[in-house]
Amino acid sequence: MNILVCIARAVETTAKISFTDNDTRFDDTGVQYIMNPYDEWYSLVRALELKEKEGGEVHVVCVGDSSSEQVIRKALAIGADKAFRIDLEPKTADETAFQLAEFAKSGNYDIIFTGKETVDYNSGLVPPMLSALLDWPFVGIVSDLEYENGEATLSREIEGGVEIVKASLPLVLSATKDLAEQRIPNMRGIMMAKRKPLEVVEAKETAPKVNFVGFSKPEKDTEITYVDPENMDELVRLLSEEAKVI
Amino acid sequence: MSILVFCENIEGTFKKNTLEAITYGRKLAEQTQSPLAAVVNGSPDVEVLKTYGIGKAYLLEGSNTGDSASLAKGIAGVCSKVDASTVILTYNSTGKSIAGQLGILCGAGVVNSVNALPSSLEPFQVSQSVFAGKAEAVVEVPGEKKVLGLQSNSIKIEEAPVDTIDTEIVTSDGGSRVEVIRQDKISGGVPLPEAELVVSGGRGFKGPENWNILEDLAGVLGAATACSRPVSDSDWRPHHEHVGQTGITIRPNLYIAIGISGAIQHLGGVNNSKTIVVINKDPEAPFFKAADYGVVGDLFDVVPRLTEAVKKYKGA
Repeated sequence: MNILVCIARAVETTAKISFTDNDTRFDDTGVQYIMNPYDEWYSLVRALELKEKEGGEVHVVCVGDSSSEQVIRKALAIGADKAFRIDLEPKTADETAFQLAEFAKSGNYDIIFTGKETVDYNSGLVPPMLSALLDWPFVGIVSDLEYENGEATLSREIEGGVEIVKASLPLVLSATKDLAEQRIPNMRGIMMAKRKPLEVVEAKETAPKVNFVGFSKPEKDTEITYVDPENMDELVRLLSEEAKVI
Repeated sequence: MSILVFCENIEGTFKKNTLEAITYGRKLAEQTQSPLAAVVNGSPDVEVLKTYGIGKAYLLEGSNTGDSASLAKGIAGVCSKVDASTVILTYNSTGKSIAGQLGILCGAGVVNSVNALPSSLEPFQVSQSVFAGKAEAVVEVPGEKKVLGLQSNSIKIEEAPVDTIDTEIVTSDGGSRVEVIRQDKISGGVPLPEAELVVSGGRGFKGPENWNILEDLAGVLGAATACSRPVSDSDWRPHHEHVGQTGITIRPNLYIAIGISGAIQHLGGVNNSKTIVVINKDPEAPFFKAADYGVVGDLFDVVPRLTEAVKKYKGA
């Protein structure tokens, strides 16, 4: 089975969020980047487990400039066989999805794993866009995957529960928590990753259909009112009469 | 060009977030002086949509929400039929799967997690939540076609009744490649993403066996329950209840955080809540900085007392 795992670099979740250039750009001074956790912990690991059972290869692909190579090496250290970096620092989801789709068309992949969203921009658009560009079926926000006799059985999160679906390959899925257990790269993996192939692919021409024109942080001028823990009637009164929320 | 709202029919009913999407679409249609139409999966009774201003509904047969590709194709078909400039979807699990596909199929610019009406129509600019609610981005869509995924509780539902609703059945020819086996739903309870009142618990509860204290409060309030990341990581509660940067982002009217210290990743998921109440025995808990009301005390005493007080208030 040939598996493609799409990985992205994301802003580390405890990073301080601020903007620069007149609030038009995220200020990443001193900010740590990590492999997007949905891509790493769940998507990549489940792909590796599937390969261990079915055979074949796991390739990872990342749309990003050379600063993404650190997370790509980590994916190789965790166990991917080969990596590709599409040389473009993407600005929008449609741009990323287009590059990934063009790349995927050139390979002979049976299944494409993605994370459900990146933990910074959160739009979750790349996986469904990629599936539409390839005209492959899509199953989103997947927390369980079983594969038997050419058919995948997946659990996908829906409001207030899960839905169990069956799909044949090829398939694009987006992973959420519980799809796999996190793997920490060991020393041997890290050493081997240095020798595994990382190929740089030229990006194709595309015009994004949206652009980010500015950022802001919601200002909340909270003046806290403390309520006596013995007097919960007072809290109820405040919530009803002052905040008017109950 | 029309404004088209995807109205997700869940077992014959339309949820609150769909009514919000309709209100959003209707206001946008008024601003742009465009006709408004709805596209509905399946063919439920759509009379109720009249109340919110829908006079035309396309009923999409032959697609299930489990197969997002076939549903997206069906909606795209209606888009070209009504020459839609903008499609509004809810930013829930169905909408999240469809919006991106629809953008590709219609050649539209897609903005997800939209939290307000457009700040400008020419050029079209709209704000979206990013960094798990810790910031907002203004996104411009220069092209004629747009797909917007609307975050729950971003607009107040308004009634705008029309006299009649005209329906037309459309058949999706997408051909299903994903088959739904079954749904395992947790019965009862309020779905968290669309809840107006949320009671949330953290490690302060010490273990899942104490969750009934929180559930009692949620029960009397009619609130949804949520939790912090350590709680879902320890499997005290399911992952879909986990609020925060790696969980879900919510914006209820009332968020009561109990025994949650308030790490930055958690605050990101809830800081757009209208009113935040923090109950914690540690007066130094960072969450108090983001709170409107604070109670410093032992949750095992305070929460049952609050439950009783709410009962008394509701009974009055």
